[in-house]
Amino acid sequence: MKAIKNIGLVVFLIGLGIFTALTVIGKFTVNQQLFDEILVEKKIKSEIFIENLQKNLVDKDFNSMLSLSPIVVNALESANAKHKKNKEYKKIIYTNPHDMAAYIGKKSGSGYIANNKGTMWFLTFGLGIIGALMFILPNVILLGKKGIKNDGIYHESATNRKWIAWMVLVFLVGFYLILYFRSEYAVNWTFIVDPISEFLSGNPAGHWFVYGFMYCAVMTVMAVRMYIKYRHNMYQIVRTTSVLFFQIVFAFLIPEIMVRLQMPYYDFKNAFPLDYDFFFQWNLKSLINSGGIGMFILIWGIVLTLVIVPVMVYFFGKRWYCSWVCGCGGLAETLGDPYRQHSSKSLFSWKVERWLIHGVLLFAVIMTGLTLYSFFAETGTIVIIKDILSLKVQSIQNLYSLLIGAVFAGVIGTGFYPIFGNRVWCRFGCPLAAYLGFVQRFKSRFRITTNGGQCISCGNCSTYCEQGIDVRAYAQKGENIVRSSCVGCGVCSAVCPRGVLKLENGPEEGRINPTEVLLGNDVDLMELVNKK
Amino acid sequence: MEHIVIIGNGISGVTAARHIRKLSNKKITIISAETDYFFSRTALMYVYMGHMKFEHTQPYENWFWKKNRINLVKGYVTSIDHKNNTLKIKHNTDIVYDKLIIATGSKPNKFGWPGQDLGGVQGLYSKQDLDTLEKNAPNKETCKRAVIVGGGLIGIEMAEMLRSRDIPVTFLVRENSFWNGVLPNGESQMINEHILEHHIDLRLETNLVEILSDENGNARAITTDKGDTIECTVVGLTAGVSPNINFLKDSGIELGRGVKVNRMLETTIPNIYAIGDCAEQHEGIGNRRPIEAVWYTGRMMGETLAQTICGNPTEYKPGHWFNSAKFLDLEYQTYGWVFSERGKKEEEQHFHWRHGKEKICVTIAYHKNTKAFLGINTFGIRMRHTIFDRWLTESRSIEYVLEYLKDANFDPEFYAKYEKEILQKYNQENGTNITPKKKSWKRIFSKA
Repeated sequence: MKAIKNIGLVVFLIGLGIFTALTVIGKFTVNQQLFDEILVEKKIKSEIFIENLQKNLVDKDFNSMLSLSPIVVNALESANAKHKKNKEYKKIIYTNPHDMAAYIGKKSGSGYIANNKGTMWFLTFGLGIIGALMFILPNVILLGKKGIKNDGIYHESATNRKWIAWMVLVFLVGFYLILYFRSEYAVNWTFIVDPISEFLSGNPAGHWFVYGFMYCAVMTVMAVRMYIKYRHNMYQIVRTTSVLFFQIVFAFLIPEIMVRLQMPYYDFKNAFPLDYDFFFQWNLKSLINSGGIGMFILIWGIVLTLVIVPVMVYFFGKRWYCSWVCGCGGLAETLGDPYRQHSSKSLFSWKVERWLIHGVLLFAVIMTGLTLYSFFAETGTIVIIKDILSLKVQSIQNLYSLLIGAVFAGVIGTGFYPIFGNRVWCRFGCPLAAYLGFVQRFKSRFRITTNGGQCISCGNCSTYCEQGIDVRAYAQKGENIVRSSCVGCGVCSAVCPRGVLKLENGPEEGRINPTEVLLGNDVDLMELVNKK
Repeated sequence: MEHIVIIGNGISGVTAARHIRKLSNKKITIISAETDYFFSRTALMYVYMGHMKFEHTQPYENWFWKKNRINLVKGYVTSIDHKNNTLKIKHNTDIVYDKLIIATGSKPNKFGWPGQDLGGVQGLYSKQDLDTLEKNAPNKETCKRAVIVGGGLIGIEMAEMLRSRDIPVTFLVRENSFWNGVLPNGESQMINEHILEHHIDLRLETNLVEILSDENGNARAITTDKGDTIECTVVGLTAGVSPNINFLKDSGIELGRGVKVNRMLETTIPNIYAIGDCAEQHEGIGNRRPIEAVWYTGRMMGETLAQTICGNPTEYKPGHWFNSAKFLDLEYQTYGWVFSERGKKEEEQHFHWRHGKEKICVTIAYHKNTKAFLGINTFGIRMRHTIFDRWLTESRSIEYVLEYLKDANFDPEFYAKYEKEILQKYNQENGTNITPKKKSWKRIFSKA
């Protein structure tokens, strides 16, 4: 069994190695005909750019994006700089230089990778999935009798912030940096999932399709791990199945199929303000121009945020979204589960959390307000104080997309799993979580009930709380846990050795019970203390 | 300002300190020789098993003590001079108190076995014991086999710990079934099976005779009263605990097995109190023992004494008995009194239900004639403390309890429910026709 695990690990690492190598190998050739096509498709009017690439790019062979990308990026940037200087605004190219490089790379890829997509898929995703499953499945036997299986978590390098954890961090951060900022290095990845993308939407894959596919693959494999680890716990099994279903069907399949049906790409479960660009001008225009389905999405999106989300939180707590439906939560609960113990429980972290997450919510709301104003007022610039302060809506949106959408949610949110725990984004950054949190804290039937006086302050609940809630601090006082950040993953209840915690939805009255003395001490004392 | 000095930073002492601080402005000092900060003793096993780090066992962050003006002194109290209200501390200056709280907890029992002080022989109680075990049994290469002597809660925890590192474990139990001085037969039997499933070499009705030494003064084997010699490098002595009060021998405070206290938790010397594991009631309260080495009783004594010290003289009155434990993967909870066959009175009758496949069972004790509900033991099903506490106060019958059992279920959502099966068996055995009532939030959260 151990041997199967080790072979699995090696197979997985080979797959991962090839996948990683794909960023810097490949074959790209732009012949004259293709170059002309690109110029037409991208409506290039800059003669400087054309001349530069004609000389440095056309009919040359490139064996790596490392050599191709700088040529395109330099050509584009220097051309734009000159045009700006000469005030030739019509010639400026507004495509991001790295997107341009990715676009040219996608068009010009040739050679083994581009021509053997199936084989390459097997050597990367295939080996990765097979290896990971070989590593995970023997646990059915190795873990022994069903029950909580946390043995050795703080002895292992990977789960105790030692070198393996740091390597994983470097890999994840690198992956997200490519995804958000250097998509040209993902071109080879797009080739190997082209067949799947073409099957679903009819279009070749872009790097976001790679991400979507990979997301589903990773979640599925790690869900198998969850099923094995928590096989005694029906709550975990049902919940894992739910997040997996919503990710694969709602976040991945339905939007792709909608594209095939000439409909807008839309994830029906992705609620504003997590879906922060829902009210951006381009999205509103696209929805309005898409006929009936566009209007339906527009109304659905608004109703989802204003009615469905809060009503559901009232009845079930924010867990219905954060750990049963949401994609970010889905990844955190599968890929992130081995790292859940790393969320800081200190009071300091809680303070930082409250400032940050509510700050992001405020940012999102203000940005959306300005966006809507500019949409209806049909102006891109909003004057706050005449001649002194005016805001360009586009710049604010770009700032949010960069800081929150890319860096916080992606690079830090997932990249830092192995060190800061699996809910960095959900805990510190997600504006939707902040909004749901208000409802959960002030108007909801959800609570984690503490079972009288049974708590022995062991600290398992706090240690394994992915949201950094010091659960024990409440449990040992006999208080229910009612916290805006709780996503209801149910692990505190699972790891408790004394049966102290239960997630439940009950009457609002008595939900928060801070004044009671612990059960067991006699009634006179309770009265005495309650009188105070 | 009155100076309250507490010896011992366990749950009892720390709870007393916290509540005194809540209620007053008195100067508070806690003395401990064990650790700098309060930690949860019950969680030490999880540190060895790698579920947690030691700092996770500390319920309060390190700034907590200063912020709440609770002085922490690391030191070992060697004697008490109650005439001058002074404590002698080893290698440290004396401390003068106005009121003294003794909360020194327990120490593992040693019964004079030959070889009990050899290297590799240890109990499992303190932080130091944990450190020693980490040295004695870091892995299965260094520790080829461990023998555990004493079939109680610490013994089975120690077995679980060592098994988490794949160390072979032999478990000597004096009784003919695990913990059957406390648990009824059906339950004790189920745990025997569960221990074996975890590949622990369980030896029932077997006693330790001698621990044999190697040339370096370390344990190399033990012999049993069955005539076996078992090679091992670690011997865990887990035959219970007793009050840690040796330093009080000449203090003038009345001692029994523990520090004798009355219901106000006062010792025989004015201004000196004792709480927690080390305190011994002159008479057991209800069915409780005079010395209760249980986490929550220590906490309750701390809460109670804080009231007394802060001007609300309050008797220690623990309510209905309850407790919980975990045997390997099996969770156990108890509410009220369920005695083992050895301990139960003539009128106590048991209803026992066990699941056909899973390790899940329930035993309900009731009065043979009046059918009054006396207590419940559950394995693998969590139950709601508030509900059972209420039912005990209301002196409900077993039939009422069974009828409303769904209200008491505390298992996580989506878990299989067994109330129907349990009731079926009871109906069958007693010729009754009770039907289960639906769970009602209204009943669950109503204030009795």
